[in-house]
Amino acid sequence: MPKITYISSDGAEHVVDAENGLSAMEAAVRNNVPGIDGDCGGMAACGTCHVYVDRAWLGKTGAAREGVERDMLSVTDGAADNSRLACQIALTEELDGLVLRLPSGQH
Amino acid sequence: MTQAAGDAPRRVVVIGAGHGGAQLVAFLRQFGFAGSIVLVGDEAGIPYQRPPLSKAWLKGETTLDKLAMRPASFYAEQKIELRSGLRAEGIDTAARQVRLSNSEQLGYDELVLATGSYPRALPLVAAGLGNVLALRALPDAEKLRAALAPGKRLVIVGGGFIGLECAATARDLGAEVVVLEKAPRLLERVASAPISQFLHRYHEARGVTVVVDASITAVEGQGRAEAVRLADGRRFACDSVLVGIGAVPATALAEAAGLACDNGVCVGADCRSSDPHIFAIGDVARRPHPLYGTALRLESVPSSLEQARLVAAAIAGREPGPPEVPWFWSDQYDLKLQMAGLPVAVDEVVIRGQPEGAGAEFAAKFAVFHLSQGRVTCVEAVNQPQAFMAGRKLIGSGKTVPAARLADPAVPLNELAA
Repeated sequence: MPKITYISSDGAEHVVDAENGLSAMEAAVRNNVPGIDGDCGGMAACGTCHVYVDRAWLGKTGAAREGVERDMLSVTDGAADNSRLACQIALTEELDGLVLRLPSGQH
Repeated sequence: MTQAAGDAPRRVVVIGAGHGGAQLVAFLRQFGFAGSIVLVGDEAGIPYQRPPLSKAWLKGETTLDKLAMRPASFYAEQKIELRSGLRAEGIDTAARQVRLSNSEQLGYDELVLATGSYPRALPLVAAGLGNVLALRALPDAEKLRAALAPGKRLVIVGGGFIGLECAATARDLGAEVVVLEKAPRLLERVASAPISQFLHRYHEARGVTVVVDASITAVEGQGRAEAVRLADGRRFACDSVLVGIGAVPATALAEAAGLACDNGVCVGADCRSSDPHIFAIGDVARRPHPLYGTALRLESVPSSLEQARLVAAAIAGREPGPPEVPWFWSDQYDLKLQMAGLPVAVDEVVIRGQPEGAGAEFAAKFAVFHLSQGRVTCVEAVNQPQAFMAGRKLIGSGKTVPAARLADPAVPLNELAA
């Protein structure tokens, strides 16, 4: 069970024991982490699960994927090179300890 | 709307455990509401996501566990009392009590009606035809799944989103599919003509028989539907029929309680009904939309979630977020449709990108922007998430934008929306 830390823009931390196979969005929703709503259920259609990957982890999560995810983020306010849609990050043991920060608009 | 801490309601009862109701109770806890919460749902089991029912679930690409919005343990952990398999049968607004189908009386300080809608029935169908299906809930999807296999003939009545998503899934599963739409074009109530025409061709190219202006005169068969007959004499033999001709708001409970109803429970911009202690959200609520002024009953997951956030904030004594631009999505085959806004007072329509290539080839990457006095009021994007995001932003900001630049694929969308 990878441990994932979500940090809101006001600094509040939510640490979640995630099940393998879930996405970082699903793990947040299942644990009621504020600011990650996942309105579309994980179809990369809504942009409500925007997160910034802690730079130390970017090598393991990878950057936003070419296609829908990158297209959505290219027009998202405040998106940066470490932006991802949490619904597109599949959680594995390799990501145990992952730190994700939330944009100020999501709380 | 903000309540002083001392007046915080002690018990919130939510009737309906679909997207709106189930999210509302989660938002209440996120927003720090510490009172008691009861979520009453008439289906068995825990709340689940409905959009995959016409897609991934039918194809067997997802599991019950993934379909659930949250695991069963969530409700106990969050001290949310989940009462599944029970209907609310009456509201005593004076005593602030709800009577459940097991005769239990539940007191409330605030009540939220999230009763949703149910599929409109096709009037011509005799009662008890077991192979005439609708799609709303998990048991419906189970029946439909059993009806889909290579070579099975499915006639879909209604060329709306449910019908078209199921047509696409059924084709992917090898079934033979006919879509009958009584309007002159598909999606007439909910999409523009260029989108309708594109989807019409796209479904036909994938082997769906699409009939518009279809006037059904009979559903034939004894004990089960064997064919659907049209006024022009055509007859479509079938193994099953799926009816997707719209939804009716489930207002019976509200009406019996004397709440103002008119094609939905009439609520204010804050989702409060004519009773100050009863809110309504989602498919069942007709609400004056803050961005449009007119009262709208929006049947969509995003709209029910926006209203869930709004009501949870009001009950928890937290500032509501800014109004959201209404939006919607649909997946069909390899197409991702995303739409935002409403086509209100449109005086110009521009298409960015090519709806199709040469011959039978589809480029399938385009967007339709609807403008009113130089401002985007609605966007419909096919496989163009950037256009959807940019359009949604432009609708929200009300910024004027030259139509010619919107139509020019060489002009970056993030520049236009900035």
